[in-house]
Order: sequence, then C-alpha cells, then structure tokens
Amino acid sequence: MVDQVREDELHVYVDGELPADRRSAVEAWLATHPEDAARVAAWRAQAEAIRARYGSVINEPVPDRLTMKRIMRRQRPWGKVAAAAAVAAFVIGSLSGWFAHGVSAAAPSAVDTFTADALDAHKLYISEVRHPIEVKANEDHLLPWLSKRVGTTLRAPDLGQFDLKLLGGRLLPGVSGPAALFMYENSSGQRFTIYCSRLDAARTAFRYDDSDGVGAVRWIESNYGWVVSGPKNKDELKSIASAAYDQVENHTPAPSQGSATQLISRRGS
Amino acid sequence: MGTFHQDIEAAIPALRRYARALTRDTETADDLVQDSLVRALRSEHLFHGGDVRSWLYTILTNLNRNRLRSLARRPTLTPIEDDDAPDAAGPEAGGRDIERALAMLVDEQRTALLLVVLEGLTYREVAEVQGVPIGTVMSRLARARVQIKAYLDGERPALRRIR
Repeated sequence: MVDQVREDELHVYVDGELPADRRSAVEAWLATHPEDAARVAAWRAQAEAIRARYGSVINEPVPDRLTMKRIMRRQRPWGKVAAAAAVAAFVIGSLSGWFAHGVSAAAPSAVDTFTADALDAHKLYISEVRHPIEVKANEDHLLPWLSKRVGTTLRAPDLGQFDLKLLGGRLLPGVSGPAALFMYENSSGQRFTIYCSRLDAARTAFRYDDSDGVGAVRWIESNYGWVVSGPKNKDELKSIASAAYDQVENHTPAPSQGSATQLISRRGS
Repeated sequence: MGTFHQDIEAAIPALRRYARALTRDTETADDLVQDSLVRALRSEHLFHGGDVRSWLYTILTNLNRNRLRSLARRPTLTPIEDDDAPDAAGPEAGGRDIERALAMLVDEQRTALLLVVLEGLTYREVAEVQGVPIGTVMSRLARARVQIKAYLDGERPALRRIR
C-alpha cells in the first residue's frame, strides 16, 4: 500500500531529513507518480548544479586578509573602542546660537529637511559593510575635527548601557551647515546613529518618527538639532535619546568653555 | 578560548563558499566573510557555547541582508543580472544558469536554499540562523525550488516580473 505523500515531505526526502521509516513509502510513491518523481529529480539537479558551481570554493586557498592572524590584528584596536566610548561624554558647548534663539522663528521646512537628511544618512551608512564611518572612535582627531567643522564642542555619548559601542563618525553636508554623524553598533550588529548639526529653530521636546523600519528621535536645543536613529522601536530609541540627552546635560564642559555651563544646566522637556 | 578561535578558523573556507554563492562575486563575498570574522571576534564574550559554525552563518546572513538593503535603496546602482550577457553555450552555461537563477530569488529564499543544499545545515539549524520557524524555512525552500525550476525551464520573463 502506498501512503499519500505531501509535497513538503518530498523536500524533506530530497534534503535527507526524512526518517528512515518514511523513506520507502516516499520511494514507493515516486515510483507510481512520475510528476512528483520529475520534480524530485529537478530539485536534486538544482542542488547538484549549485554544488558544482560553488562547492570548489572550499578548496581555494584562503586569502591572506581572511586568515585568523590578520583578522585578529585588525580586530585588536576595537578593544580600545570600548574603553574610549566608556569614558567619552557628549556635550554641546557652543552658545553661539543662543542669543538669537528668541528671534529665530521655527522653520518647519528646515527641520523636516534636517530630519530627512539624518534618516538618509542613517540608512545609507548603517548598511555600509566596510566603510560605515570615516574616522574611527579610537582616532584622537575624531572629536576635535567634527567639533571644529560642526561649530560646537562635540563628544560622543557613552551608550554602553544599551550594549552600544561607538564605531566612529563622519562629516556630512547638512541643511544649514556641516553635520556630524556618530555611529554605534551593538553586539548583534544592529547599528544606531546620532546626527548633529546647527539648526536655527526653536527648541523642541523629543519627537519620534519612523518609516521603513527605521525609527528616529529628534530634539532641538540651542540651535543645534539632534537625531538618534536606529531600528524601529520607540521605547528603546527614547531611552537611548534620553541617555544621550542626559549626558549632554550632566557632563560639565571643560573650564575653558565655562560660558556654556548655563546652557548645559537647562533642561530639555 | 583556543578552541573558539580554531573553530572559527576551521569554518572560514565554508563561509567563503556560502558567501560566494550568496553574492556571486568573489570580492563582495570575501568582504562579507572578513566583516563577519571581525564581528565574531569582537563579540566573543557573547558566545556562550553552541555551534560556532551556525553562529558565523547567522552573522554573515545578517550582514548580507544589510548589504542588500543598501543596494535596494539605490536601485539604479544594482547590477543588471542578465540583459547584457546573452546566454553562453558551452561548458560555462550550466554554471551561469544556476547563478542567474539564484540571483532571481528573494534573499530569504536564496539563503535558506544555500544553507541546506550547499552548506548542509539541517532545517532546524537554518531556522535558527534565519530566526524563523522551521515551517517558514520549508516554505522558503519550496518557493526557491519552484522559481529556479521555472527559470531553468525557460520562464524567464515571468520570473523577472515576480522578483
């Protein structure tokens, strides 16, 4: 007697996962069902073609750059990133826009463009396998350089509590001047970014937006706009943004930037 | 610790094979492998036993998905798979056909199929790598096989539309 054989069982059979006690039933079925037998043969031929095309890669000599020795040498500096990120703090030190704050009208279109720019940058660079950043977190000139170009004293927040390590940063064109993008990564490879640029607009509370699986929390403070972007998850992004914001607030800037203290002590909403 | 590194090292040739079939490009494939290895070593403290090889496949699969998303956002830069290269007749033809057939597949289907037929993972292992139930792996496999068969049987325009 030949039992009924369903299609998924044929796949299981082809892939060698069928229990021995079902094999003969399937084989009996195939003997009397030429269409199914032809499909099974086609699937096997596909697998054979795939193995014929790519199977020999396993015998190729591994290129130098993929040897453990090279990978470990490459990997070593990353250990320092954790230390650097752990002591890093993130502060806006510039007051330059503050006095204009009262008269600068909120410019929604600029704010929208700013947010869109941040999201575009996030989406573009998080997928970058080899060059997600321009300058690594462990390179001393990262923060001085970005601070100088963006026009405010930047440091990168320590997001270790969220299992996020700072990879580094890059400079980008923004709607009203150069923008800094800091990139973070967690141990499962998810990436988050913090985008900052001068933005002559009224101070705002946190705003959350998402699209295409990417979420972003935005705030504007002292004529600088900030966007924290990552995988769509409102609560998580808000926590991360709060932590980033708190570090802005609680880390006293260096004495030479004492004039910034009053700004730093102000609360966001 | 030594074993962990040895297990990773032992998996490199197979990772290259998997990446090559996933990307169908040697450079891109080795970039993916390199990035996966760097990430694996960086995340060593998070590896709590289990199969190092499956873990590496998971990392590589995720990185490849990121890569494809980035390509999808810049559609004008995605390579045109087959219009500019007439089907070759000769010893290469078979290999190129399967290569193009793989290129037609949706990423999750291609991943499932390659992990099973090329890398020899069990359905259960593939389910873990892809983070989905076994039933989903099986339907991905089934759809991949139907599409490849249709492609190889000459229904190419229809397939192009589906993809």
